[in-house]
Amino acid sequence: MQDFGQAIVLALHLVLAGNADLMEIVGLSLKVSLTAVFASCLIGLPLGAVLAISSFRGRGIVLVLLNALMGLPPVVVGLIVYLFLSNAGPLGWLRLLYSPAAMIIAQAVLITPIIAALSRQVIEELHDEYAEQFRSLCVSLPSAVAALIWDGRYSLVTVALAGFGRAVAEVGAVMIVGGNIDHLTRVMTTAIALETSKGDLALALGLGMVLMVMALVINAAVMALRLTAARFAYA
Amino acid sequence: MLDAAAVLDFGKVTDRSSSLLPLEIEALCYQVGERRLIDRLDLRVDAGPVTVVMGANGAGKSLLLRLMHGILTSSSGRITWGGRELDQDVRRRQALVFQRPVLLRRSVAANIDFVLRQRGTGSRERRQQLLACAGLAHLAKQAARALSGGEQQRLALVRALAIEPAVLLLDEPTANLDPAATAAIEQIVRDVHRSGTKIIFVTHDLGQARRLADEVVFLHRGQVVEQTPAERFFDQPRSSQARDYLAGRIVI
Ligand SMILES: Nc1ncnc2c1ncn2[C@@H]1O[C@H](COP(=O)(O)OP(=O)(O)O)[C@@H](O)[C@H]1O
Ligand SMILES: [Mg+2]
Repeated sequence: MQDFGQAIVLALHLVLAGNADLMEIVGLSLKVSLTAVFASCLIGLPLGAVLAISSFRGRGIVLVLLNALMGLPPVVVGLIVYLFLSNAGPLGWLRLLYSPAAMIIAQAVLITPIIAALSRQVIEELHDEYAEQFRSLCVSLPSAVAALIWDGRYSLVTVALAGFGRAVAEVGAVMIVGGNIDHLTRVMTTAIALETSKGDLALALGLGMVLMVMALVINAAVMALRLTAARFAYA
Repeated sequence: MLDAAAVLDFGKVTDRSSSLLPLEIEALCYQVGERRLIDRLDLRVDAGPVTVVMGANGAGKSLLLRLMHGILTSSSGRITWGGRELDQDVRRRQALVFQRPVLLRRSVAANIDFVLRQRGTGSRERRQQLLACAGLAHLAKQAARALSGGEQQRLALVRALAIEPAVLLLDEPTANLDPAATAAIEQIVRDVHRSGTKIIFVTHDLGQARRLADEVVFLHRGQVVEQTPAERFFDQPRSSQARDYLAGRIVI
């Protein structure tokens, strides 16, 4: 118990003093996950919107598949991306393995289905309401997609935050394609796993605290956003 | 409020609606499963008069309006506007105002701008004119969906006018409004009519029909049972169904 108490005090000290190692790891985590979310939104939002408003044969199957992809295990995503990026893989010539770029790709693959599936739900609901009006106005498909994404902006930001939460907290994918290399590809989750196994509880706990605070802040932001949207009647 | 006729450039376009009319409907059917909701319906609507479509709940008024606007596809039959098939070109010159206004989750001004941009005719002046016409100029920056029911419907109405429609279709636009809000909508509709726009107005409200109609089309079970000039319809309807309806009896 003595050790545990000491570890917490030490962890707090690391966090509050802004320990350089810790800050570097947190910074890389944010950089990787935020970039992955951004890329996922670029693909996932229009994909979700198009799926929401179009009807074609096999749409049901696509939706089931997309929903299934939401639950992809991070280690499986890591493995697949690893196979593509490894020297023998089709994208091996890019030489991205064990770099932050590889981690971004892996996390983007992990959360694009989440962004697409959740935004599909949000936008479909909105479209049910707008469909007749849009048809009456002869709104083109690209205009409709843009309008639906814009009008769903508050809900869609919460979708993006959900994606970020998933990305920043996963270990498996970044561990496999990043390799947890110190000062290069070490992020919060991989560092926690490593430091814990090494017995350096202080750094692991400090990072854990940061991760938990982040989760809290994200959830608070989602809630605040919902309230703001409702108050200004944009929801 | 600014006069809608002035906003629509009254005088320039006595022929605003004439090229789209007459509307001719022949043997129109709309079927869902075994049920014929619109049943071999024939109708001819000419340029000029305010045409009010009446009929009991479930008679098929909303379906008919959507079919003639082309946002619903008929099972069989023929619809032509001024001899032209109901193509994109024809549809773009009509506007439909729904019973429950569908407003974008944006500001009042942005709702108008969206439609103006669709038609590539946007300008700030134009938007302000339309808002003034609805008496909403002072609320331009507010969220559209925070407006009162009457204000929302006025916004929906002038937003429909943003496309400068040749034909304005309205589906019980005042069904959820109080008398003052209803009067405001009716006044705008009258002004729009004066500018040369054809009005086809669905209502189940007798008082409203009396105030607005030049002619009445009475619908019963998906068929037109009579089409009569207003001055005759309310005193001497020809069909028994309309007579019962006017007498407040239930027609099934
Ligand atoms: N998509 C639909 N599927 C089945 N029945 C429908 C559908 N749309 C309308 N109806 C039925 O068609 C009839 C006419 O509807 P409507 O045109 O909305 O009547 P109203 O004259 O009150 O506007 C009603 O009995 C309604 O229940
Ligand atoms: Mg109706």
